[in-house]
Amino acid sequence: MSVTVSMTVNGKAVTGKVEPRTLLVQFLRDHLGLTGTHVGCDTSQCGACVVHVDGESVKSCTALAVQAEGAEVTTIEGLAKDGVLHPMQEAFRENHGLQCGFCTPGMVMSAIELVQGRPDISEKEIREGLDGNICRCTGYHNIVKSIKAGAAAMKG
Amino acid sequence: MYEFSYQRPGSLAEAIAAIKSADDGQVLAGGQTLLPTLKQRLAMPSDLIDLAGIGELKGVSVDGGNVVIGAMTRHADVAGSAEIRAKIPALAALADDIGDRQVRNRGTLGGSIANNDPAADYPAACLALGATITTSERKLAAEDFFTGLFETALGDGEIITSVSFPVPDKAAYMKFKNPASRYAIVGVFVVKTGSDVKVAVTGAGSGGVFRVPDMESALAANFSAGTLKDIEVSADGLNSDIHAAADYRAHLIGVMARRAVEACG
Repeated sequence: MSVTVSMTVNGKAVTGKVEPRTLLVQFLRDHLGLTGTHVGCDTSQCGACVVHVDGESVKSCTALAVQAEGAEVTTIEGLAKDGVLHPMQEAFRENHGLQCGFCTPGMVMSAIELVQGRPDISEKEIREGLDGNICRCTGYHNIVKSIKAGAAAMKG
Repeated sequence: MYEFSYQRPGSLAEAIAAIKSADDGQVLAGGQTLLPTLKQRLAMPSDLIDLAGIGELKGVSVDGGNVVIGAMTRHADVAGSAEIRAKIPALAALADDIGDRQVRNRGTLGGSIANNDPAADYPAACLALGATITTSERKLAAEDFFTGLFETALGDGEIITSVSFPVPDKAAYMKFKNPASRYAIVGVFVVKTGSDVKVAVTGAGSGGVFRVPDMESALAANFSAGTLKDIEVSADGLNSDIHAAADYRAHLIGVMARRAVEACG
Protein backbone atom coordinates (compact mmCIF):
# COMPACT_ATOMS: atom_id res chain seq x y z
CA MET A 1 0.00 0.00 0.00
CA SER A 2 1.53 3.29 -1.11
CA VAL A 3 1.11 6.68 0.41
CA THR A 4 2.02 10.09 -0.96
CA VAL A 5 4.80 11.97 0.72
CA SER A 6 5.76 15.58 0.09
CA MET A 7 8.73 17.50 1.41
CA THR A 8 11.27 20.08 0.36
CA VAL A 9 14.64 18.59 -0.59
CA ASN A 10 17.54 20.94 -1.26
CA GLY A 11 15.13 23.79 -1.77
CA LYS A 12 12.87 21.99 -4.24
CA ALA A 13 9.38 20.73 -3.49
CA VAL A 14 9.20 16.98 -4.15
CA THR A 15 6.36 14.50 -3.97
CA GLY A 16 6.59 10.74 -4.22
CA LYS A 17 4.62 7.57 -3.73
CA VAL A 18 6.23 5.37 -1.10
CA GLU A 19 5.37 2.50 1.14
CA PRO A 20 5.10 3.60 4.77
CA ARG A 21 8.11 1.40 5.55
CA THR A 22 10.33 3.28 3.05
CA LEU A 23 13.26 4.82 4.87
CA LEU A 24 14.11 8.46 4.31
CA VAL A 25 17.48 7.42 2.88
CA GLN A 26 15.78 5.07 0.40
CA PHE A 27 13.48 7.88 -0.68
CA LEU A 28 16.43 10.21 -1.21
CA ARG A 29 18.60 7.69 -3.03
CA ASP A 30 16.19 5.44 -4.89
CA HIS A 31 13.30 7.78 -5.59
CA LEU A 32 15.09 11.10 -6.03
CA GLY A 33 18.44 9.76 -7.25
CA LEU A 34 20.36 11.71 -4.61
CA THR A 35 23.02 9.09 -4.05
CA GLY A 36 25.41 11.42 -2.25
CA THR A 37 23.81 10.28 1.00
CA HIS A 38 25.37 6.91 1.75
CA VAL A 39 24.17 3.81 3.55
CA GLY A 40 26.97 2.34 5.61
CA CYS A 41 25.91 0.21 8.54
CA ASP A 42 22.13 0.59 8.14
CA THR A 43 21.90 0.25 11.94
CA SER A 44 22.23 3.93 12.97
CA GLN A 45 25.81 3.54 14.15
CA CYS A 46 28.03 4.89 11.38
CA GLY A 47 26.52 8.21 10.31
CA ALA A 48 27.21 7.92 6.57
CA CYS A 49 23.51 8.63 5.98
CA VAL A 50 23.29 11.89 7.98
CA VAL A 51 21.14 14.58 6.38
CA HIS A 52 19.49 17.67 7.80
CA VAL A 53 15.79 17.62 8.57
CA ASP A 54 14.56 21.12 9.40
CA GLY A 55 18.17 22.11 10.00
CA GLU A 56 19.03 19.29 12.40
CA SER A 57 21.25 16.31 11.71
CA VAL A 58 19.40 13.02 11.47
CA LYS A 59 20.41 9.51 10.49
CA SER A 60 18.25 8.99 7.44
CA CYS A 61 18.54 5.19 7.73
CA THR A 62 16.65 5.48 11.03
CA ALA A 63 13.81 7.69 9.90
CA LEU A 64 10.87 6.89 7.67
CA ALA A 65 10.23 9.00 4.60
CA VAL A 66 6.69 9.59 5.89
CA GLN A 67 8.10 11.07 9.11
CA ALA A 68 9.68 13.80 6.99
CA GLU A 69 6.32 14.83 5.52
CA GLY A 70 6.34 18.61 5.14
CA ALA A 71 9.94 18.92 6.31
CA GLU A 72 12.87 20.79 4.81
CA VAL A 73 15.55 18.23 4.00
CA THR A 74 19.10 19.09 2.99
CA THR A 75 21.51 16.52 1.62
CA ILE A 76 25.16 16.83 0.65
CA GLU A 77 24.00 17.72 -2.88
CA GLY A 78 22.25 20.80 -1.54
CA LEU A 79 25.31 22.46 0.01
CA ALA A 80 27.24 23.87 -2.94
CA LYS A 81 25.76 27.01 -4.46
CA ASP A 82 26.34 27.92 -8.11
CA GLY A 83 29.32 25.60 -8.36
CA VAL A 84 30.96 27.00 -5.22
CA LEU A 85 31.53 24.50 -2.44
CA HIS A 86 30.08 25.15 1.01
CA PRO A 87 32.84 26.41 3.36
CA MET A 88 32.74 23.10 5.22
CA GLN A 89 33.15 21.11 1.99
CA GLU A 90 35.98 23.42 0.97
CA ALA A 91 37.62 22.90 4.37
CA PHE A 92 37.49 19.11 3.91
CA ARG A 93 39.06 19.48 0.46
CA GLU A 94 41.72 21.88 1.65
CA ASN A 95 42.68 19.83 4.73
CA HIS A 96 42.53 16.40 3.11
CA GLY A 97 39.63 15.51 5.40
CA LEU A 98 38.83 12.34 3.52
CA GLN A 99 40.52 9.19 2.40
CA CYS A 100 38.10 6.78 0.70
CA GLY A 101 35.33 9.35 0.97
CA PHE A 102 32.54 6.99 1.98
CA CYS A 103 31.84 8.63 5.34
CA THR A 104 32.39 12.16 4.02
CA PRO A 105 28.81 13.19 3.16
CA GLY A 106 27.67 12.26 6.66
CA MET A 107 30.73 13.85 8.26
CA VAL A 108 30.14 17.13 6.42
CA MET A 109 26.43 17.21 7.27
CA SER A 110 27.08 16.42 10.93
CA ALA A 111 29.90 18.96 11.04
CA ILE A 112 27.79 21.81 9.70
CA GLU A 113 25.17 21.33 12.40
CA LEU A 114 27.81 20.78 15.09
CA VAL A 115 29.64 24.05 14.48
CA GLN A 116 26.55 26.18 13.96
CA GLY A 117 27.10 29.32 16.04
CA ARG A 118 30.36 27.94 17.46
CA PRO A 119 33.16 29.38 15.28
CA ASP A 120 35.72 28.72 18.00
CA ILE A 121 34.69 25.14 18.74
CA SER A 122 37.52 23.18 20.35
CA GLU A 123 39.10 19.99 19.06
CA LYS A 124 37.68 18.12 22.07
CA GLU A 125 34.16 19.38 21.36
CA ILE A 126 34.49 18.35 17.72
CA ARG A 127 35.67 14.86 18.63
CA GLU A 128 32.82 14.43 21.10
CA GLY A 129 30.33 15.87 18.64
CA LEU A 130 31.38 13.32 16.03
CA ASP A 131 30.27 10.46 18.29
CA GLY A 132 27.74 9.37 15.70
CA ASN A 133 30.02 9.34 12.68
CA ILE A 134 32.52 6.61 11.97
CA CYS A 135 35.39 6.80 9.46
CA ARG A 136 36.44 3.32 8.41
CA CYS A 137 39.76 4.65 7.15
CA THR A 138 40.29 6.03 10.68
CA GLY A 139 41.21 9.39 9.17
CA TYR A 140 39.88 11.36 12.10
CA HIS A 141 42.86 13.63 12.51
CA ASN A 142 42.28 15.50 9.27
CA ILE A 143 38.50 15.33 9.65
CA VAL A 144 38.76 17.18 12.95
CA LYS A 145 41.22 19.64 11.40
CA SER A 146 38.82 20.21 8.50
CA ILE A 147 35.89 20.85 10.81
CA LYS A 148 37.87 23.35 12.87
CA ALA A 149 38.80 25.18 9.68
CA GLY A 150 35.26 24.89 8.35
CA ALA A 151 33.84 26.34 11.56
CA ALA A 152 36.10 29.38 11.27
CA ALA A 153 35.28 29.79 7.57
CA MET A 154 31.54 29.59 8.17
CA LYS A 155 31.80 32.54 10.55
CA GLY A 156 33.27 34.76 7.85
CA MET B 1 10.73 -4.26 7.65
CA TYR B 2 7.39 -5.96 7.33
CA GLU B 3 4.62 -3.84 5.89
CA PHE B 4 2.57 -1.62 8.13
CA SER B 5 0.10 1.22 7.82
CA TYR B 6 1.15 4.64 9.06
CA GLN B 7 -0.99 7.22 10.81
CA ARG B 8 -0.06 10.62 12.16
CA PRO B 9 -2.86 11.83 14.42
CA GLY B 10 -3.01 15.47 15.45
CA SER B 11 -4.27 14.97 19.00
CA LEU B 12 -3.91 12.54 21.86
CA ALA B 13 -7.58 11.57 21.59
CA GLU B 14 -7.12 10.68 17.92
CA ALA B 15 -3.97 8.70 18.73
CA ILE B 16 -5.77 6.67 21.37
CA ALA B 17 -8.67 6.00 19.00
CA ALA B 18 -6.21 4.96 16.28
CA ILE B 19 -4.30 2.56 18.49
CA LYS B 20 -7.45 1.03 19.92
CA SER B 21 -8.95 0.41 16.48
CA ALA B 22 -5.77 -1.06 14.97
CA ASP B 23 -5.30 -4.85 14.81
CA ASP B 24 -1.88 -4.67 16.37
CA GLY B 25 -0.99 -1.00 16.66
CA GLN B 26 2.33 0.37 17.85
CA VAL B 27 3.03 3.91 18.97
CA LEU B 28 5.98 5.59 17.22
CA ALA B 29 7.84 8.27 19.17
CA GLY B 30 11.34 9.17 17.94
CA GLY B 31 11.85 5.75 16.40
CA GLN B 32 15.48 5.39 17.45
CA THR B 33 14.84 1.97 18.93
CA LEU B 34 11.60 1.03 17.21
CA LEU B 35 12.84 1.51 13.66
CA PRO B 36 15.97 -0.64 14.14
CA THR B 37 13.71 -3.24 15.77
CA LEU B 38 11.38 -3.20 12.77
CA LYS B 39 14.31 -3.34 10.36
CA GLN B 40 15.47 -6.53 12.03
CA ARG B 41 11.94 -7.90 11.73
CA LEU B 42 11.77 -8.40 15.47
CA ALA B 43 8.30 -6.83 15.50
CA MET B 44 5.41 -6.82 13.06
CA PRO B 45 2.85 -4.18 14.00
CA SER B 46 -0.14 -3.67 11.68
CA ASP B 47 -0.10 0.09 12.25
CA LEU B 48 2.41 2.68 13.38
CA ILE B 49 0.74 5.58 15.17
CA ASP B 50 3.23 8.46 14.96
CA LEU B 51 2.91 10.87 17.90
CA ALA B 52 5.12 13.54 16.29
CA GLY B 53 2.17 15.68 15.25
CA ILE B 54 0.74 16.04 18.75
CA GLY B 55 1.89 19.37 20.15
CA GLU B 56 0.45 18.75 23.64
CA LEU B 57 3.02 15.97 24.20
CA LYS B 58 6.03 18.27 23.75
CA GLY B 59 7.69 20.82 25.95
CA VAL B 60 9.10 21.57 29.39
CA SER B 61 7.44 23.42 32.25
CA VAL B 62 8.19 24.06 35.90
CA ASP B 63 5.30 23.42 38.23
CA GLY B 64 6.13 24.29 41.82
CA GLY B 65 8.91 21.97 42.88
CA ASN B 66 8.62 19.79 39.79
CA VAL B 67 10.00 19.85 36.28
CA VAL B 68 7.37 18.45 33.92
CA ILE B 69 8.58 17.18 30.57
CA GLY B 70 6.26 16.17 27.73
CA ALA B 71 6.67 12.59 26.57
CA MET B 72 7.60 13.60 23.02
CA THR B 73 10.29 16.02 24.16
CA ARG B 74 13.53 14.99 22.50
CA HIS B 75 16.80 14.33 24.31
CA ALA B 76 18.35 17.34 22.53
CA ASP B 77 15.56 19.55 23.88
CA VAL B 78 15.97 18.27 27.44
CA ALA B 79 19.74 18.77 27.18
CA GLY B 80 19.30 22.31 25.89
CA SER B 81 16.45 23.40 28.16
CA ALA B 82 17.47 26.38 30.29
CA GLU B 83 14.81 25.43 32.86
CA ILE B 84 16.06 21.87 33.26
CA ARG B 85 19.69 22.98 33.34
CA ALA B 86 18.80 25.37 36.14
CA LYS B 87 16.57 23.04 38.17
CA ILE B 88 18.00 19.54 37.58
CA PRO B 89 21.33 19.91 35.76
CA ALA B 90 22.03 16.18 36.20
CA LEU B 91 18.99 15.39 34.09
CA ALA B 92 20.05 17.76 31.30
CA ALA B 93 23.55 16.27 31.39
CA LEU B 94 22.12 12.75 31.20
CA ALA B 95 20.06 13.68 28.14
CA ASP B 96 23.12 15.30 26.55
CA ASP B 97 25.03 12.01 26.77
CA ILE B 98 22.42 9.64 25.34
CA GLY B 99 23.51 7.90 22.16
CA ASP B 100 24.93 10.40 19.71
CA ARG B 101 23.90 13.80 18.43
CA GLN B 102 21.65 12.40 15.72
CA VAL B 103 19.90 10.05 18.14
CA ARG B 104 19.34 12.97 20.52
CA ASN B 105 17.74 14.95 17.69
CA ARG B 106 15.07 12.23 17.29
CA GLY B 107 14.82 10.13 20.45
CA THR B 108 12.29 11.10 23.11
CA LEU B 109 11.85 10.77 26.87
CA GLY B 110 8.56 8.91 26.52
CA GLY B 111 9.94 6.54 23.90
CA SER B 112 12.92 5.71 26.07
CA ILE B 113 10.98 4.87 29.22
CA ALA B 114 8.20 3.04 27.37
CA ASN B 115 10.85 0.77 25.88
CA ASN B 116 12.61 0.32 29.26
CA ASP B 117 15.82 -0.97 27.76
CA PRO B 118 17.90 -2.33 30.66
CA ALA B 119 20.80 -0.14 29.49
CA ALA B 120 18.84 3.06 28.84
CA ASP B 121 19.67 6.18 30.88
CA TYR B 122 16.30 7.76 31.63
CA PRO B 123 14.90 4.89 33.75
CA ALA B 124 17.68 5.53 36.29
CA ALA B 125 16.77 9.23 36.45
CA CYS B 126 13.06 8.44 36.87
CA LEU B 127 13.67 5.97 39.67
CA ALA B 128 16.27 8.01 41.56
CA LEU B 129 14.39 11.31 41.29
CA GLY B 130 11.11 9.64 42.23
CA ALA B 131 9.42 10.76 39.01
CA THR B 132 5.71 10.46 38.34
CA ILE B 133 4.75 9.18 34.90
CA THR B 134 1.46 10.50 33.57
CA THR B 135 -0.28 8.45 30.90
CA SER B 136 -3.47 8.84 28.93
CA GLU B 137 -5.18 6.93 31.74
CA ARG B 138 -3.44 7.50 35.09
CA LYS B 139 -0.41 8.61 37.07
CA LEU B 140 2.24 6.07 38.01
CA ALA B 141 5.20 6.31 40.37
CA ALA B 142 8.45 5.33 38.66
CA GLU B 143 8.74 2.50 41.23
CA ASP B 144 5.55 1.00 39.83
CA PHE B 145 6.19 1.86 36.19
CA PHE B 146 9.33 -0.17 35.44
CA THR B 147 8.34 -3.80 35.89
CA GLY B 148 11.16 -5.75 34.24
CA LEU B 149 13.35 -6.19 31.19
CA PHE B 150 11.70 -4.16 28.38
CA GLU B 151 8.53 -4.33 30.50
CA THR B 152 6.48 -1.51 31.95
CA ALA B 153 3.11 -1.14 33.63
CA LEU B 154 1.67 0.41 30.45
CA GLY B 155 -1.47 -1.32 29.24
CA ASP B 156 -2.66 -1.79 25.66
CA GLY B 157 -3.34 1.53 24.03
CA GLU B 158 -2.05 3.49 27.03
CA ILE B 159 0.21 6.38 26.00
CA ILE B 160 2.69 8.29 28.18
CA THR B 161 1.91 11.99 28.09
CA SER B 162 4.47 13.53 30.47
CA VAL B 163 6.93 12.83 33.24
CA SER B 164 7.18 14.96 36.36
CA PHE B 165 10.54 15.11 38.13
CA PRO B 166 10.72 16.56 41.68
CA VAL B 167 13.59 19.04 41.93
CA PRO B 168 16.23 17.56 44.27
CA ASP B 169 18.81 19.29 46.47
CA LYS B 170 21.62 17.49 44.70
CA ALA B 171 21.84 14.94 41.91
CA ALA B 172 24.42 13.43 39.58
CA TYR B 173 24.55 10.67 37.01
CA MET B 174 27.69 8.76 36.11
CA LYS B 175 27.81 6.31 33.28
CA PHE B 176 30.38 3.81 32.13
CA LYS B 177 29.33 3.49 28.55
CA ASN B 178 29.93 1.03 25.78
CA PRO B 179 32.09 3.00 23.36
CA ALA B 180 30.34 1.59 20.28
CA SER B 181 26.67 1.67 21.23
CA ARG B 182 27.01 4.39 23.90
CA TYR B 183 24.53 2.48 26.04
CA ALA B 184 25.33 2.25 29.74
CA ILE B 185 27.30 -0.82 30.79
CA VAL B 186 26.63 0.64 34.22
CA GLY B 187 24.99 3.96 34.98
CA VAL B 188 24.31 5.24 38.51
CA PHE B 189 22.01 8.14 39.34
CA VAL B 190 22.35 9.53 42.87
CA VAL B 191 19.83 11.97 44.33
CA LYS B 192 19.79 13.76 47.68
CA THR B 193 16.71 15.62 48.86
CA GLY B 194 16.74 16.65 52.49
CA SER B 195 17.80 13.55 54.40
CA ASP B 196 16.48 11.21 51.72
CA VAL B 197 18.97 9.60 49.32
CA LYS B 198 18.18 7.45 46.33
CA VAL B 199 20.64 5.45 44.23
CA ALA B 200 19.36 3.94 40.98
CA VAL B 201 21.36 1.69 38.69
CA THR B 202 20.85 1.08 34.99
CA GLY B 203 22.77 -1.10 32.55
CA ALA B 204 23.54 -3.80 35.08
CA GLY B 205 20.37 -5.50 36.28
CA SER B 206 18.95 -8.51 34.45
CA GLY B 207 15.51 -7.19 35.41
CA GLY B 208 16.25 -3.63 34.37
CA VAL B 209 16.74 -0.56 36.53
CA PHE B 210 16.96 -1.03 40.32
CA ARG B 211 17.83 0.78 43.55
CA VAL B 212 20.60 -0.02 46.02
CA PRO B 213 19.13 0.27 49.57
CA ASP B 214 22.46 -0.38 51.34
CA MET B 215 24.05 2.58 49.61
CA GLU B 216 21.00 4.75 50.19
CA SER B 217 20.91 4.19 53.95
CA ALA B 218 24.68 4.67 54.27
CA LEU B 219 24.55 7.90 52.26
CA ALA B 220 21.53 9.13 54.21
CA ALA B 221 23.65 8.87 57.38
CA ASN B 222 26.79 10.32 55.81
CA PHE B 223 26.64 11.71 52.29
CA SER B 224 30.21 11.20 51.13
CA ALA B 225 31.93 8.99 48.57
CA GLY B 226 34.06 7.45 51.32
CA THR B 227 30.93 6.05 52.96
CA LEU B 228 30.46 3.72 49.99
CA LYS B 229 33.97 2.26 50.09
CA ASP B 230 33.04 -0.81 52.12
CA ILE B 231 29.68 -1.51 50.54
CA GLU B 232 29.90 -4.55 48.29
CA VAL B 233 27.27 -4.89 45.59
CA SER B 234 26.35 -8.49 44.89
CA ALA B 235 26.78 -9.78 41.34
CA ASP B 236 23.66 -11.92 41.76
CA GLY B 237 21.02 -10.87 39.26
CA LEU B 238 23.41 -8.71 37.24
CA ASN B 239 23.95 -9.13 33.50
CA SER B 240 26.91 -10.89 31.99
CA ASP B 241 27.59 -10.38 28.31
CA ILE B 242 30.50 -9.86 25.92
CA HIS B 243 30.91 -6.31 27.22
CA ALA B 244 31.18 -7.01 30.93
CA ALA B 245 30.77 -9.91 33.34
CA ALA B 246 28.38 -9.64 36.28
CA ASP B 247 31.14 -9.26 38.88
CA TYR B 248 32.75 -6.48 36.83
CA ARG B 249 29.39 -4.72 36.61
CA ALA B 250 29.01 -5.09 40.40
CA HIS B 251 32.39 -3.44 40.81
CA LEU B 252 31.47 -0.65 38.41
CA ILE B 253 28.31 0.14 40.37
CA GLY B 254 30.51 1.02 43.34
CA VAL B 255 32.85 3.11 41.21
CA MET B 256 30.10 4.99 39.41
CA ALA B 257 28.17 5.55 42.65
CA ARG B 258 31.23 7.08 44.34
CA ARG B 259 31.88 9.31 41.33
CA ALA B 260 28.24 10.39 41.31
CA VAL B 261 28.35 11.29 45.01
CA GLU B 262 31.54 13.26 44.41
CA ALA B 263 29.91 15.03 41.47
CA CYS B 264 27.02 16.04 43.73
CA GLY B 265 29.57 18.20 45.55
